[in-house]
Amino acid sequence: MITIDTISKKYGKTEVLNVENIEIPKGQSFGLVGNNGAGKTTLFNILLDLIRPTTGLITNNNIVVSQSEDWKNFTGSFIDESFLIGYLTAEEYFEFIGDLRGMNKVDVQKFLGQFSDFFNGEIIGKKKYLRDLSKGNQKKAGIVAAMMGSPKVIILDEPFANLDPTTQIRLKTIIKKLTENKEITVLISSHDLTHITEVCERIVVLDKGVLVKDLRTSAATLKELESYFSV
Amino acid sequence: MISHFLKLEWKQFFRSSHWQKGIAIKIVMAFLALYFIVVFLAIGVGGYFILKKQFPEQDPLQMVNSYLLYALLGDLIFRYLMQKLPVMNIKPLLILPIKKSKLVHYVLAKSSISFFNILGLFFYIPFAVVLMIEGYAISGALGWLFAIILMIQSANFLNFLINKNTIALGVISVVLASLIGLQNFGIYDVTALGGEVFDAIYTNPIYSLIGVVVLAVLYNLNFKQLKNLVYLDEAVSQKVVAVKSADLSFANKLGDVAPFIKNDIRLIWRNKRTKTVFLMSFLFLFYGLIFFTQETYKEIPAMLMFASLFVTGGFALNYGQFIPAWDSAHYKMLMSQSFKYRKFLESKWILMVVMTSFLYVLSFPYLYFGVDIFLMITAGAIFNIGFNSLFLLFAGSFNRKKIDLNKSGFGNTQGTSATQFLIILPLMVLPILLFWLFNELVGANSGYIVVAAIGVISLLCKKYAMNFIEKKYIENKYVMINAFGKEA
Repeated sequence: MITIDTISKKYGKTEVLNVENIEIPKGQSFGLVGNNGAGKTTLFNILLDLIRPTTGLITNNNIVVSQSEDWKNFTGSFIDESFLIGYLTAEEYFEFIGDLRGMNKVDVQKFLGQFSDFFNGEIIGKKKYLRDLSKGNQKKAGIVAAMMGSPKVIILDEPFANLDPTTQIRLKTIIKKLTENKEITVLISSHDLTHITEVCERIVVLDKGVLVKDLRTSAATLKELESYFSV
Repeated sequence: MISHFLKLEWKQFFRSSHWQKGIAIKIVMAFLALYFIVVFLAIGVGGYFILKKQFPEQDPLQMVNSYLLYALLGDLIFRYLMQKLPVMNIKPLLILPIKKSKLVHYVLAKSSISFFNILGLFFYIPFAVVLMIEGYAISGALGWLFAIILMIQSANFLNFLINKNTIALGVISVVLASLIGLQNFGIYDVTALGGEVFDAIYTNPIYSLIGVVVLAVLYNLNFKQLKNLVYLDEAVSQKVVAVKSADLSFANKLGDVAPFIKNDIRLIWRNKRTKTVFLMSFLFLFYGLIFFTQETYKEIPAMLMFASLFVTGGFALNYGQFIPAWDSAHYKMLMSQSFKYRKFLESKWILMVVMTSFLYVLSFPYLYFGVDIFLMITAGAIFNIGFNSLFLLFAGSFNRKKIDLNKSGFGNTQGTSATQFLIILPLMVLPILLFWLFNELVGANSGYIVVAAIGVISLLCKKYAMNFIEKKYIENKYVMINAFGKEA
């Protein structure tokens, strides 16, 4: 589904990312871990054609992301709060994204209905602008918006950060369900090793922009990651 | 302790975004500031002589005194609407070992040197100096000035007391209105009463000490009120405005562009800065009055053309020059969504065209100044709709400065770069120059016709222009994402 081919990114002389080759098959739940500055967000930004790589190409469903924009039709993403429109209410934001993704009002209503547990009554009908919601609630809105319009690829940067424990558990269930039928490819990054080993079948570790581990998740993975990071 | 506070103030002032700007903007801002200071000083120094010349048989001081009461009430209403107690910046200090009373004194003391209290002094101090030079009693003039300063400070603290209270604003407005009413219908001479009070202070400067008592009482009341409210859920809280959702489904008729139009309407209405821009564009409607009413400008039609462009162009100019920086906060998200860039640009274009047409309709009363002026405004409107709206979109592709929508609108230059200065050339200078050339050389109505023709031709070429503009934006996509991601 997604092919990352010799992607590198340089700012001046410092190289922040240099990834040889990663092939992500359709339906895989793909996890990205690494310390601050490892290049996780940079990689996601390149994947979304928000930053141009210095070298290399990324193809998403056979579309080179920097050459055509057709991948946008089947890719949903949430990187950070700058993906929200602060002066809209959550409903208006969902309606806006829905409009762009070809959903009418009824579709949006129906879609949001599935997430009433996840929202825990804190998002819909609150009469608050997104900019006035707490960080955790902003994140919830952003994550759900990324799933609108039945995308085939979903990219979430640090989805567990700022969420309360209940919502973290619910989010894990949602992600597992998404990849159940091997139809939807999910890419997430996280600092929480437990969460990511729980939801991802494959985990890639980046360090200073370089791929250092590419693991198929098993019972031993968490131990391995913990020993790697406990330097 | 106080030195700590002063150091913080110093840093806050010099590290504020006002100073982190390009040298060009700094120079322009410095000139503007200088201009206003000079204007106020001139009024202060010249006020005495102007009054003396216009009303030779009256005493200028008494004339000023008689209106001070209105100035005070007007000032209070202005403060009520604009001035808030600067309480948020003590938030980080709350958890430090500093006595609460000290923090409250700090906040209150800080408020007494605010812009609102300084501005008037540019008039009153020179006026008092002129009084002394002109032979008024020195002690009287000083006492008078002292009383004025106390009055301004009292207004400052009175405002904070009533700020949480809409009824208080109502009372003040009613008092002001009824005072004017009493005066106008000749029932009671309020002006005289107000005048007598301040005249008395001039003759007996010792009376100004009453002001000290008033100020002390008001300060104390403020201190007591605020000290009880220094909690995160009371005074030191960011206000969260309840959402007022308007039904914008009428925009759905516009098809593909509808989501963006709805978004833009909300953008304009829900953010301070854009709201200011929107309301300002109605003020621009009156720009023509400055020029059309003066005999001197009748001889220079090019100047009238300049004014005509502004009458209908207020919105397009003020809003258009910062496209797409209005969306800078969520630009990344927009760029990861699937839509034709064209639609995004088209919605901005429609907005500018609709608003310009609307302002044009509102400008019909200018017919009062004659058909020539109205033709000029019409030509200007056509130019604004046809050429300016497209050109502003094009110029927007050079915008690289983020705009933080939550910051207030007045005097906010965030997002300004060389682009904003350069676009003035084709937007303003070009039509005026063409108008002038044709008006001088060919005469008759050719001036209007040329300006309007450029508008019409641009409108006819809209499709090609939009293709070109769209390409420009797509080319600059990464640079813009990068620039908009940086802190402003």
